[in-house]
Amino acid sequence: MKISGPLVIAEGMRDAGMFDVVRVSHEHLIGEIIEIHGDRASVQVYEETAGLKPGEPVVSTGAPLSVELGPGLIESIYDGIQRPLDAIKAIAGTNIPRGIEVNALNREKRWNFVPTAAQGDAVKGGDVIGTVQETATVLHRIMVPPGVEGTLRQIKGGEYTVLDTVARIQTTGGDTVELTMMQKWPVRVERPYKEKLPPNEPLLTGQRVIDTFFPVAKGGAACVPGPFGSGKTVVQHQLAKWADAEIVVYIGCGERGNEMTDVLMEFPELNDPRSGESLMKRTVLIANTSNMPVAAREASVYTGITIAEYFRDMGYSVALMADSTSRWAEALREMSGRLEEMPGEEGYPAYLGSRMAQFYERSGKVVCLGSDNREGALTVIGAVSPAGGDISEPVTQATLRIVKVYWGLDSALAYKRHFPAINWLSSYSLYLDRLCEWLNENISPDWKQLRDDAMRLLQQESELEEIVRLVGVDALSAEDRLVLEVAKSIREDYLHQNAFHEVDTYASLHKQNRLMRMILSYYTEGHEALKAGAGMQALFAIDARERIGRAKYIPEDEVDASFDEIEKVLTRQIAALTEKQ
Amino acid sequence: MQKEYKTIQEIAGPLMLVNHVEGVSYDELGEIELANGQIRRCRVLEVNGDTVMVQLFEGSAGINLAESKVRFLGRGLELAVSQDMLGRVFDGMGNPKDGGPKIIPEQRLDINGTPMNPAARDYPAEFIQTGVSAIDGLNTLVRGQKLPVFSGSGLPHANLAAQIARQSKVLGTDSSFAVVFAAIGITYEEAEFFTSDFRRTGAIERAVLFMNLANDPAIERIATPRMALTAAEFLAFEKHMHVLVILTDITNYCDALREVSAAKKEVPGRRGYPGYLYTDLSTLYERAGRKQGLEGSITMIPILSMPEDDKTHPIPDLTGYITEGQIILSRELFRKGVTPPIDVLPSLSRLKDKGIGHGKTREDHADTMNQLFAAYSRGKDAKELAVILGDAALTDEDKLFAQFSDRFETQYVSQGYDANRTIEETLNLGWDLMKILPRGELKRIRDEYLDKYMPAEKG
Repeated sequence: MKISGPLVIAEGMRDAGMFDVVRVSHEHLIGEIIEIHGDRASVQVYEETAGLKPGEPVVSTGAPLSVELGPGLIESIYDGIQRPLDAIKAIAGTNIPRGIEVNALNREKRWNFVPTAAQGDAVKGGDVIGTVQETATVLHRIMVPPGVEGTLRQIKGGEYTVLDTVARIQTTGGDTVELTMMQKWPVRVERPYKEKLPPNEPLLTGQRVIDTFFPVAKGGAACVPGPFGSGKTVVQHQLAKWADAEIVVYIGCGERGNEMTDVLMEFPELNDPRSGESLMKRTVLIANTSNMPVAAREASVYTGITIAEYFRDMGYSVALMADSTSRWAEALREMSGRLEEMPGEEGYPAYLGSRMAQFYERSGKVVCLGSDNREGALTVIGAVSPAGGDISEPVTQATLRIVKVYWGLDSALAYKRHFPAINWLSSYSLYLDRLCEWLNENISPDWKQLRDDAMRLLQQESELEEIVRLVGVDALSAEDRLVLEVAKSIREDYLHQNAFHEVDTYASLHKQNRLMRMILSYYTEGHEALKAGAGMQALFAIDARERIGRAKYIPEDEVDASFDEIEKVLTRQIAALTEKQ
Repeated sequence: MQKEYKTIQEIAGPLMLVNHVEGVSYDELGEIELANGQIRRCRVLEVNGDTVMVQLFEGSAGINLAESKVRFLGRGLELAVSQDMLGRVFDGMGNPKDGGPKIIPEQRLDINGTPMNPAARDYPAEFIQTGVSAIDGLNTLVRGQKLPVFSGSGLPHANLAAQIARQSKVLGTDSSFAVVFAAIGITYEEAEFFTSDFRRTGAIERAVLFMNLANDPAIERIATPRMALTAAEFLAFEKHMHVLVILTDITNYCDALREVSAAKKEVPGRRGYPGYLYTDLSTLYERAGRKQGLEGSITMIPILSMPEDDKTHPIPDLTGYITEGQIILSRELFRKGVTPPIDVLPSLSRLKDKGIGHGKTREDHADTMNQLFAAYSRGKDAKELAVILGDAALTDEDKLFAQFSDRFETQYVSQGYDANRTIEETLNLGWDLMKILPRGELKRIRDEYLDKYMPAEKG
């Protein structure tokens, strides 16, 4: 037996299977078999291995690493292998000791199970047989586990714990299966669904730069790469707060402990703009902070996505945020190094790309199992922390090959305190065409037109700035100066969004649309006015512009009235300029 | 009865292989007794059957295969802690260095500690007034934060760190405060600067110093910051003190780590540093923080010198990903005579938003901070443009911004190492500077604050 950091090699393991969970030493540390040579098994241990000696026992549990799925998930905070951190705190105090064993779901708590199926119904995997009101916003649907099919022999409502039998199914083979509210599912296996659908509905986030310029679809995958200090985590938190998903799974993977604390303290205080209930009531947190064992970090993204898939299977729209996937890739690299594998690029294992692809491909909009053909969606948003902010490194590149939306964070913008620091020239969204159709239909017919106009102005601005840098701003024509002014207005009054301002932190699509239209109407009207001979300086100096600049702080319920008025003032002031001539 | 092994098989660099051992565990502490009776310490890095690989802390000179004996102590590296540590100086392994008596331990603590449960952390939200405008006003430090100083060789990071250690206080409280200082591979002069500064101001009475100097064994540096943090945790969470930990210089720590990794023939990551550098650094940095229901706190200021002032070098890069912001010193400002030469644009305190505002500093703090950043950045852009095209190419507005950024550097950032500004002074100074700019440009500030705080006479 050999011990080297989180890697332990054990002998006499011929009967154990690949990826079986094992208990190591007398302290029962949790580990997983990742390689077998003859009767030697390499085990990655999810806990600190200091103090282990050769000769200590390694016992296989005979089952792969699994998560418990059932009522009680929402509002929990788990570590990378689904141990509830608040329960650990209650047992062991403020630090995490080794070898502690706590059930993921509370075994004592009773839930009110309301049957929706009746005795004698024919059911198959994925069918909903009952519901539990888990929190004020989440109705937990109890499903028949995949692979079980037969006739309901018995079903009874009432108060149950997750281990109590709530239904009995006689399978087609004649066996009786007892169903509890809890299922177990191995984390490395994708949960089955009937069929994948193309994503065609936007995930609304209330962040103007995202919703308007680079929208992500429900069921899509997006990535946020950026150097440190560029606001990745704030973007992720904003999405976790305001995205219009019914369930949010937030994975803090190898990141700061205080960030998780921030989520834990802030989310219960914030209210969902749609349901009015606390945001925590739809959130599951997975926290494997950077100082917790590295092997569990590798497992944490799988734990998170399996829980997310489970809620997707209920027919919900689920958003999963992983912050940061780079730390996960580093965990892979560390284990790979200890296994003495041949390294690929920058020491990362050669299978990095395929592992990332497998992970992101678990997102999607699907028709769930079950006879009612309900649809669920799982959106995955991964933060990437490229070393030195250089996106040519392997993790970013592997991610970009898979995801369809790229929000590139820019440290130059961050230094200017332009947040969110999403670079509008380098970012892209491949869902744009499909989603703009939806937005044109559902929000306003000019949505795509406005978006394209604004993008064109920003593009022109970057070209004009090159010229300004060479010959100075005076060399530009009045039209070009107007383009610069409007582009500046788009940047400062539209793209810039203050996450810590009580109103500005969330903008509805309606408000986004009105604001954009107002900024662009300054351009069209100003353009006409210039042609009609209005003075350039006078046009730039009208004070309606200052009011446009403050328009983003107008609360949602006053938007229509206030915006109408600002637009009137704007038209009047520009008209006054030409009349003077 | 401890077994003694005379089965050292191989010594190479800081590593040593010992054969035919029994019952030795991973990460255990060992002692090597040399032929002349000298005792050195080592730590188990890998166990493979009956062979162990150990890492020597104090260098391998004088160890020979025939005479030297190895004992394994059955425990990890521990530090004896006690309240009496305050005012004392220790070496990098925790032995007294000031000629005083040994510490009578209240407890012996494993220097690796255990990870803090994220669910048990308390979010840092108490404003620490450092008296430095560029920090208090723009990159606010809060209790329980880890805020590194990114410096370069020849830059006055030591003066800044000493100033922070001297002036830091939490407004409106008088809870007990301590400084834990770890010198990691720095020169005698730099260490002497800190000790004499602590002596001069009387801060030494409430300070614990761990000294691993440049001429001390390099491998010992891996243990030094952990010694310091263990002492800090004891003072903070057992003795309920508010502890400020200063670690300098993290670059030397990482180099020691690289030395061991290279000796173990591990697959190197970037620039030869081991792939687990991020994980390893985080086990240091993440020990800062506050715990729910406990009085004390650990605030950490690690100092690192960026090789070639390159922020993308693995050490500052990984540090920036773990810590809650960074204070960056700029060589350009240093040459201009700005003291402290803090480059505020790339500097950042991630926790500032929780520590400022009404009831903590002042309600207008957040808005003015954003405005100052934006205006300074625009002023610097304008000045860059002026360098290429001449002042004539600037618009009138840009000229105002350029003027603003000059005064911002000379008045706001530059204050000297002895000035201790209150937060009120810092904020008012900011408003004074903003008088230069037209009101229409102050978009980041709410109207009500503009009316309330903008100094009356319009400049």
